[in-house]
Amino acid sequence: MTVGDQTVGDETVGDEMVTVDGLRAWMVEFARIVAENKEHLTQLDSAIGDADHGINLNRGMQAVLGVLDGAPPKEVSDLLKTVGMTLVSTVGGASGALYGTYFLRLATSGGDTSELSPAEFGAALRAGLDGVVARGKPELGDKTMFDAMAPATDALNAALAAGERLATALGEASSAAAAGRDATIPLLARKGRASYLGERSIGHQDPGATSTAMLFAAAAATLA
Amino acid sequence: MKKLINDPDTVVSDALIGMDAAHPGLRIDHDRHIIYRADAPVAGKVGLISGGGSGHEPMHGGLVGPGMLDAACAGAVFTSPTPDQMLEATKKVDSGMGVLHIVKNYTGDVMNFEMAAEMAAVETGVEVRSVVTNDDVAVEDSLYTAGRRGVGVTVLLEKIVGAAAEQGRSLEELVALAGRVNDAGRSMGMALTSCIVPAAGSPTFDLGADEMEIGIGIHGEPGRYREPLGSAAEIAERIVVPVIQDFPLDKGDRVLAFVNGMGGTPLIELYLMYGEIAKILERHGIEIPRNLVGPYITSLEMAGCSVTLLRLDDELIDLWDAPVNTPALRWGV
Repeated sequence: MTVGDQTVGDETVGDEMVTVDGLRAWMVEFARIVAENKEHLTQLDSAIGDADHGINLNRGMQAVLGVLDGAPPKEVSDLLKTVGMTLVSTVGGASGALYGTYFLRLATSGGDTSELSPAEFGAALRAGLDGVVARGKPELGDKTMFDAMAPATDALNAALAAGERLATALGEASSAAAAGRDATIPLLARKGRASYLGERSIGHQDPGATSTAMLFAAAAATLA
Repeated sequence: MKKLINDPDTVVSDALIGMDAAHPGLRIDHDRHIIYRADAPVAGKVGLISGGGSGHEPMHGGLVGPGMLDAACAGAVFTSPTPDQMLEATKKVDSGMGVLHIVKNYTGDVMNFEMAAEMAAVETGVEVRSVVTNDDVAVEDSLYTAGRRGVGVTVLLEKIVGAAAEQGRSLEELVALAGRVNDAGRSMGMALTSCIVPAAGSPTFDLGADEMEIGIGIHGEPGRYREPLGSAAEIAERIVVPVIQDFPLDKGDRVLAFVNGMGGTPLIELYLMYGEIAKILERHGIEIPRNLVGPYITSLEMAGCSVTLLRLDDELIDLWDAPVNTPALRWGV
């Protein structure tokens, strides 16, 4: 956490800006969790998909680490755009397009600045969610990553609006993502390859919602 | 896993090296995994691009050449290619008349091609249009699924629209024709065995020695039902009748009947199946002025077949008969 020039004098948020270094730490932590759970994600995907979510997402996040190490971006939009473009070009499949779109929208919303206020960060996550909706057209309960991402984004913004500190808001977002992930188990899949299974998709945890819960857990661990 | 490979991680790259060596009529971008016809972009012609996961060969790389595709983007095995590949191919095949993306209806393929079209709109002046094939009647087409999968019709559409592009028709005309071909085709497949994705190393699904899966997808996605193995005549009924009923086709209709091998079934069995299917069509009074028999849209080493019926008219027959010169389809040249 750093004190942003423009927030000196603002006692409530002056010490909890989301910096480029913070975002970078978020990506490093997300990559670590994905690598650690690569087999788990792939196993979940083999039950209702095509058994490659862990392999593909890990390949993408390792590529992100490589790119961030090579030329560390100095602005929020640069960093997030780099993450988005790298995921788009290395992951493939629906998850590459969806996570790529998510970070590209975060980049556009974040803008050419070196740090974001909690409210700006909340707005960026909202823009990312809107991007996922535009790309995949998910609805709540379709058994997709949206089932974790939407409640997490709502929880973060609601907590911030209620005057909670960023750390608290991120904790609530992470809990909401985990709850959304668990709630996918009894659902019947209505999107993606899992939808071909119909009734047979019931009883399995969605791999996309699982990796999204990891993304929010990583945010809670690094951004506040 | 017993496969003729060096390393599961380099299967696609290594196969493209061999394809390059075998076919001087192609130009291959080995960094980006894009297969081009060597003379692309062709002046006065709309560029045709397709792409998809690898493991379905000869589709799509083997369908690149005069009279068919200008470029094909190869993804990892059974994984959609990425927008940066499609964008690069789009730029390279545009002669100024625009580019048509031919996309099979799978969530990943559709999203990645959509992103490529958006990027092309922002970064280039190339006019891009898309057609999505969705001919697999095994999947219920409803708001509650990803919709019907794109399978056999994709091959026929690439041939027919490719011939029309070669005549110099506009992008707008090709979009309309492509939509018409997709609407005129229906398919259904079946599997006798599973397949092994090299990176996974084990079979995608389990199928008992005496079982078959009716309505299988080309990535081993489940079909409509599983039942004890039947005779070729029984299997033909199981897969052709639902296709006929889905149209529905009437007495006197003319079709192109395409019996496709899934990769692990020999031609002798495919011809045997074609004979059974032709008998059923004859019984329904359906004529078969054109046919195609062989492995064109495969699922690695899966044993099984699919049948695609494409309702024909004089224009589609003429375009089907037009010259084509690709690794997989070649006539009139």
